[in-house]
Amino acid sequence: MSDLVSKSSVVSSDQWVWGLFAMLLVLAPWVFTSNLSMTMMSQMGIAIIACLSYNILLGQGGMLSFGHAVYSGMGSYFTIHALNMVGQGSFYLPVSVLPLVGGLAGMGFAVLLGFVTTRKSGTTFSMITLGMAELVFAMSLMFSEFFGGEAGVSGNRVVGEAVMGINFGPQRQVYYLIALYTFVSMVLLYALTQTPLGRILNAVRDNPERVEFIGYNTQQVRYRAFIIAGFFAGIAGGLGALNFEIVTAEVVGPARSGAYLLFTFLGGATFFFGPVLGGILMVLAFVLLSELTKAWLLYLGFVFLFMVVYAPGGFAALIMVNLRIFKAGAFGRLFNGYVGLLLSGLLMLAGASALIEMVYHLQLNAAMSSQLVFAGITLDTHAASHWWFAGSLLLAGLGLFEWQRKRFMGVWDQVQADLAGAGSKP
Amino acid sequence: MSQSPSLVLRNLHKQFGKTQIIRGVDLSVQAGERVAIIGPNGAGKSTLFNLISGRFAPTSGEIHLHGQRIDGLKPFEINRQGLSRSFQITNIFPKLSVFENLRCSVLWSLGHRYSFWSFLSRLKDANELAQLWMERIQLANKRNVLAMNLTYAEQRALEIGITMAGGADVVLLDEPTAGMSKSETERFIALIKTVTQGKTLLAVEHDMGVVFGLADKIAVLVYGEVIAFDTPDNVRANARVQEAYLGSSPDQGH
Repeated sequence: MSDLVSKSSVVSSDQWVWGLFAMLLVLAPWVFTSNLSMTMMSQMGIAIIACLSYNILLGQGGMLSFGHAVYSGMGSYFTIHALNMVGQGSFYLPVSVLPLVGGLAGMGFAVLLGFVTTRKSGTTFSMITLGMAELVFAMSLMFSEFFGGEAGVSGNRVVGEAVMGINFGPQRQVYYLIALYTFVSMVLLYALTQTPLGRILNAVRDNPERVEFIGYNTQQVRYRAFIIAGFFAGIAGGLGALNFEIVTAEVVGPARSGAYLLFTFLGGATFFFGPVLGGILMVLAFVLLSELTKAWLLYLGFVFLFMVVYAPGGFAALIMVNLRIFKAGAFGRLFNGYVGLLLSGLLMLAGASALIEMVYHLQLNAAMSSQLVFAGITLDTHAASHWWFAGSLLLAGLGLFEWQRKRFMGVWDQVQADLAGAGSKP
Repeated sequence: MSQSPSLVLRNLHKQFGKTQIIRGVDLSVQAGERVAIIGPNGAGKSTLFNLISGRFAPTSGEIHLHGQRIDGLKPFEINRQGLSRSFQITNIFPKLSVFENLRCSVLWSLGHRYSFWSFLSRLKDANELAQLWMERIQLANKRNVLAMNLTYAEQRALEIGITMAGGADVVLLDEPTAGMSKSETERFIALIKTVTQGKTLLAVEHDMGVVFGLADKIAVLVYGEVIAFDTPDNVRANARVQEAYLGSSPDQGH
């Protein structure tokens, strides 16, 4: 009985979440009206689809692919070529369905390359995807006819006549196209997790050997999942082509594949919505963080390391765990600990980033001036006191953070034990 | 009925490198028979199961299931022809719930294959069958518990559930009671008897009490050969069996 009740409430709360998400997508451009935010939101939609498609492999299938950008990238190329052919009048397709061309291209390449990669699992699988990614990237330099060489392939998304006043000229119209694709892709990808293939994929992730003994061919399960992931990656790539109106070889490059992996992991591969966070973070990092500091990749690397060590479930897992604690009314016990961690962490960050920025300044701009302004503070690379001060901040922060972390872990374990105890009681 | 063997092994050999593990096993198991396979450690009992279930391909010889040759086929192909197995070391889906473990186990046999166009929650047959098996293995009250959080005995029961739920009519159980206490073992054997009713059963077992309680026939495997295959009473009286077991205790091996 209680089972029935909880089940029906889950369904309705799911519908609430989808409804809210749809509203968010529709209303966002009316709240964040600047050009920058419009560009960023468009990119976020694309990154969300890409990370979600990657998580079919990583989170749901246990396949650590190092070459997912091949499928999104080929989607981009096929879409931009299709766009140009439509522009030349070779054939007619509405611009709004062109991302599907990208999807089919991504799927086609997944059918082709996945046939080889998904024969294996684990480390071998990863190595083969790495090889495939290098192969395709190398080809992009060889076949400049298709890949456009250094300059890439550019296009113009305003082709043909406007349909109901929509010609995809203004960024806002492109945003809504991306938002629509994002919403539909998310619904479909969530639905996939509730189907026999989706569930058996989880089983293959957990224990591939056993799956073979309940009638399933694990290679076929992986292959099918791979093809579906390729399709949605291709859609993301196709949207990217429309959004930027230019496609360069880096879209199939190893750096892009690495970004999908990194941000899907940061967002959280174990929860469906983790890659959504990952996609948002990816754009924040690529657009804002890179604007803030030249050393942004270094910071990103530190965050990644930190998360792998302390929170391997990513932000999604952090949120879910704390939500559970909050619901159980135990969040108050952790509050002081979180404040302590935050303050000592900020101290550590201040020291470390001052050092990093000064080193970067020495390397890149030393000829101009010994001074740099970072976060409103003027630092002088020639003043020993500044180095000393930053170094001491970092050390003090490290010490305090470690002290706070140990204290926090004590409370944390206690809270977890209490919750587990409460949970096991009927 | 008794004239149709479910499982036939003919002159089966398996060697790893130069080491012969299975040296010409012949065995014919009738439909509905319960066969216990005993023998000292290292006799090749688990290897024999691995050959029959397709985990390894035999070096030579034939295996027939319901009259069809299955030697050299992949595990999933053999499973689809109606043979299922459990493992000595618990082999379940640790991050899926008890219910999901069982539902996964029935999907193929109910024909849902690789479907991504139907929702699990609407597959009435799969949900009912998984529910039924959850009750049969007495884990209905652990429906949503992740398999990795079950007790050892519960995991062993789930192992049996996963093996049986797909509806295979030939079942191999590899030391189903391994690692269980005396009282757990008794309860568990009763469970196995109930759930394997009407099935053709082969079980590797060390506990002689269990063997004599469960089996219609006993196959004695020593150094890769079946030295006796008969009713429990006849096996007990068999001179070669006594000889094989005299020098070493039946439980501790050679």
